[in-house]
Amino acid sequence: MIGISHYLILSGLLFSIGFMGVLRRKNLLMLFFATEVMLNAVNIAFAAIGNYYGDLSGQMFAFFIIAVAASEVAVGLGLLIVLYKKYHTLDLDIISTMRG
Amino acid sequence: MYEFIAFYIFAISTVILFLITVLSKNVLYAMTSLAAGMVMISGFFFLLGADFLGVVQLIVYVGAVMALYAFAMMFFDTTKDVKEKYNNPKLVFLLGGLMAVVFVIIFSAPIIGENIQVASPITDGVGNAQAVGIVLFTKYLVPFEVAAIMLLVAMVAGIILAGKKMDKSLTTTVLPLVDKESEDEILKKESR
Repeated sequence: MIGISHYLILSGLLFSIGFMGVLRRKNLLMLFFATEVMLNAVNIAFAAIGNYYGDLSGQMFAFFIIAVAASEVAVGLGLLIVLYKKYHTLDLDIISTMRG
Repeated sequence: MYEFIAFYIFAISTVILFLITVLSKNVLYAMTSLAAGMVMISGFFFLLGADFLGVVQLIVYVGAVMALYAFAMMFFDTTKDVKEKYNNPKLVFLLGGLMAVVFVIIFSAPIIGENIQVASPITDGVGNAQAVGIVLFTKYLVPFEVAAIMLLVAMVAGIILAGKKMDKSLTTTVLPLVDKESEDEILKKESR
């Protein structure tokens, strides 16, 4: 058996990879990819902890996270298409209108 | 023994694939490696005995979400490399590392904690899919229905946002019959 710590360390590693992506990406589509990485990392942690305690709640939360991610992608891509029609680019430096 | 080998193969490949996703300059490479990484993540779910979650991960993420991304890519110019300007890369790596530490502490806190009770134990004698169904349709029935409504709202929002001329009512207004060129001009005018 592989201990829970292995799974948690891996999950933290993947989450930090996704977080690094969120911080450094300037293209909106790539930003979406990075958020998907973070959501998947949390799913691994939920499944591992649920397995550790013999509890099904962890898997339930992972299911709801998947549902939230699916709807987030549907709405987000619609918004991206509207933005691209308006600005003809997805670069955050060009799209951002607030100065500060 | 085999579990160790499988775990490390999956772990190393997910980390590498997600690093490609985050660091690649090409949108298509990023999307492909993200899809491959999600397939590898479903391997962890099978290792953890969450068979149904693994199948859902394969169908919803790799099937639906990635297909949606690939479909949306037709709207964007993906042949060019993405040019990005970085202001402070050191800070980004520092914050990412700090976030990893915080995450590990948060999720390892229950190991130190005392008297944690199992809320919905895994039922004996039935498979994972049956056990998930029993818990999902008894204890988590209301969140399940709310999630269904949320998905419906998201579907309507996606159609409204991505569809052409969907901001106008199709039943009350009579659209004039126009030829192709003037229709394009109207669309151009509206986008301005």
